[in-house]
Amino acid sequence: MSAPGSAVSGVPHLDVDPFDMTFFADPYPTHERLREAGPVVYLDKWKVYGVARYAEVHAVLNDPATFCSSRGVGLSDFKKETPWRPPSLILEADPPAHTRTRAVLSKVLSPTVMKQVRDRFAAAAEERVDALIDKRSFDAITDLAEAYPLSIFPDALGLKAEGREHLIPYASVVFNAFGPPNQLRQEAIERSMPHQAYVAEQCQRDNLAPGGFGACIHAQVDEGAITAAEAPLLVRSLLSAGLDTTVNGIGAAVYCLARFPDQWQRLRNDLSLGRGAFEEAVRFESPVQTFFRTTTREVELSGAHIGEGEKVLMFLAAANRDPRRWDSPDSYDITRRTSGHVGFGSGIHMCVGQLVARLEGEVMLTALARRIAKIEITGEPKRRFNNTLRGLDSLPVTITPA
Amino acid sequence: MPAITFIHPDGKSDRVETSGGESAMQAATRLGLDGILAECGGNAMCATCHVYVDESWVARLPAVADDEDALLDGTAAERLPNSRLSCQIHITPELDGLVLRLPERQV
Ligand code: HEM
Ligand code: FES
Repeated sequence: MSAPGSAVSGVPHLDVDPFDMTFFADPYPTHERLREAGPVVYLDKWKVYGVARYAEVHAVLNDPATFCSSRGVGLSDFKKETPWRPPSLILEADPPAHTRTRAVLSKVLSPTVMKQVRDRFAAAAEERVDALIDKRSFDAITDLAEAYPLSIFPDALGLKAEGREHLIPYASVVFNAFGPPNQLRQEAIERSMPHQAYVAEQCQRDNLAPGGFGACIHAQVDEGAITAAEAPLLVRSLLSAGLDTTVNGIGAAVYCLARFPDQWQRLRNDLSLGRGAFEEAVRFESPVQTFFRTTTREVELSGAHIGEGEKVLMFLAAANRDPRRWDSPDSYDITRRTSGHVGFGSGIHMCVGQLVARLEGEVMLTALARRIAKIEITGEPKRRFNNTLRGLDSLPVTITPA
Repeated sequence: MPAITFIHPDGKSDRVETSGGESAMQAATRLGLDGILAECGGNAMCATCHVYVDESWVARLPAVADDEDALLDGTAAERLPNSRLSCQIHITPELDGLVLRLPERQV
């Protein structure tokens, strides 16, 4: 027997910690090192395999029988450690259990449902632009990237007005908890009790307004699709993954458009590019940077031998800029053909809320471009540190109305 | 290799040589064809790879699966009896000559 990832199998070992502050401050040189070292690498710091090229990330995502999710999609192996919260019934599940819960959320967040909420989401985006034009100078993270999703998503879910301030902190715990037991994760979990209590309460049927996504999930109990005990946990998935992700997605798009004025001009000249501008920002910034899988058997991946029960870290962000797959990967191009990027994952776990995210991104960027001539960054952007999510804490800007 | 034809709303057409085992959507996006967006990359989740299958071919395609059926209700352009998702049409030798019409819009 050789040690995991030993030189015997030809897997290069890298002394890289993709969860520390210096990495988060500028991950790109390390992403390149990871990609160029080989198709599969081994990270000694956390004793995990890593894949950073597009082909291998895509392959791992699309072989859920070998690279499973039920042992956790973070570093912690649920077979060896007790999860910090009851596991997700969708994200941290494998077929056939996943197939059933996934069908429920797909129905609740389907293209047909998006047609119904579209006008409401678009009207809220216009209102947000009204408020920003009044201000002229503002923080594009709090006043735009957070304020807009907060103005629609909790209502769309059917949440009560009280307690919503727990939503972003709760999501931040969830995404920190996928990381290794570093300070970010430990502190997040230690402080999570009040947020967990709020979320558990709001997932109950009685606390969700009729007609919202939450109530629609509970209605599936009556259809026999899920049990009454499962419904609150599926609502929890939307509370965990549905808000902070789009905050970082919209934040990424605004940051890109403010940094690359030529792309902003292109968007202003053709408002139909709003949806593409958002999608390209999800590729370019990859708000969800990484996820893990666990091997269910020994497997050969691009020549590397991986044993059973090993964690494999997928660098979605590095795959989204792999020059083997993308032309000029480091340029933000709103007319790029982004189909196939892995910012929302790929395969059976590919983001079930992707249509919600795109709708929010599209209507918000289109409303901004229609009424604002110029966005200038007026202060040093500050980064927000999280083990999984990439985004800013603050982005001071001044706008010029059209 | 089987070839398929996409007809754009303005009547122009593109003949595409497919390569082994790909879907009609993959063939279209590989060639950078306008009119197929495929936002979910072929995972049957977005309904932005909508096509109308030429009447003479409808019966020759495998039946619509339940998830495809549900997604087709959400297409941006009107759903017609010959509507399909092109990422769910896998091109086999029997489909050589298939004709697909592109809708006015995908979102
Ligand atoms: C820009 C915004 C978003 C990004 C970048 C994003 C990213 C992702 C990624 C990468 C995955 C795959 C996880 C895996 O393979 O293990 C995923 C899954 C998921 N996302 Fe999103 N997401 C976003 C928005 C949303 C929204 C708005 C919702 C809910 C309304 C949502 C709910 C979920 C759920 C429930 C899953 C688990 C699906 C499954 O395991 O089958 N996400 N997301
Ligand atoms: S590419 Fe998304 S449904 Fe076909």
